[in-house]
Amino acid sequence: MNIQAQDRQESFVTSQLNDLIGWARKFSIFQYPFVTACCGMEYMATACSHYDIDRFGAGLPRFSPRQSDVLMVVGTISHKLAPVLKQIYDQMCDPKWVVAFGVCTCTGGFYDNYATVMGIDTIIPVDVYIPGCPPRPENVLDGLMKLQEKIQGQKQMV
Amino acid sequence: MILEKIKEKFLDDVLETSDFRGDLTAVVKKEIIQDLMKFLKSDSALEFNILMDLTAVDYLWQDRTPRFDVVYHLFSLPKNQRLRIKAGVDEKDCVIDSLVSLWPIANWFEREVWDMFGIKFKGHPDLKRILMYQQFEGHPLRKDYPIIKRQPLIGPKN
Repeated sequence: MNIQAQDRQESFVTSQLNDLIGWARKFSIFQYPFVTACCGMEYMATACSHYDIDRFGAGLPRFSPRQSDVLMVVGTISHKLAPVLKQIYDQMCDPKWVVAFGVCTCTGGFYDNYATVMGIDTIIPVDVYIPGCPPRPENVLDGLMKLQEKIQGQKQMV
Repeated sequence: MILEKIKEKFLDDVLETSDFRGDLTAVVKKEIIQDLMKFLKSDSALEFNILMDLTAVDYLWQDRTPRFDVVYHLFSLPKNQRLRIKAGVDEKDCVIDSLVSLWPIANWFEREVWDMFGIKFKGHPDLKRILMYQQFEGHPLRKDYPIIKRQPLIGPKN
């Protein structure tokens, strides 16, 4: 992004619309926490004041998929739950992104059995993978910054 | 003393008893399970008023008959005493009497055992799957269920 304050008195900036929208979107992430398992504790630790996810503009979780633009899938997804996750994803408005939080959502983790989905990317597209069992808050914030880079860098739908 | 009482009352229908450091176990024939439980619950010297757990074990690897054991864990609040009852159920006649009329909690326990092991409970008011989805075929905790056989509702098969 190319912001130049030409003069303090006049104070205007030049930019490209694509960059400006990306900049706005990456700092106003409204997340839908789809919390199913133990990773939820680490998600809460990240969201609370100690690590303070609000520093990255992601401080307001919405509990309706229609109001959110980042789907945080936190915890193991079973085959019974898979249609629900797909429906939640379909209900979200564009533009939308998906974060796979924890190793169970990335690959199925150590659950190699009849019950567990082997990675949510078999059902819905995933933008950022945060591995770990569970991932530490630093790891989550790193993933969040990766997502911000991705949002900033992509072609914006207007 | 408790095991003696059971043996005295049910004679040859009690196949085996053991007392390992106060951990009382009785193996019985499945035909008497309802009478036995009624007796254990109502007898004033025993008063086993709580059904702590109801589960099953598959002994396929031991190749024995009967193949399954249905295991009941009882607890007596007035006497502070625990007791384990095992009843063998074979694959060919995979039915045992339901205990819902004695303990309402048996309702969900028995649905779980039906779901996971395929053991039917005679007299259960609504014997259907409780953990897996209705479309699921087979019973996943049976030892002859393939360990990674998945039956996803949506998404790829494996």
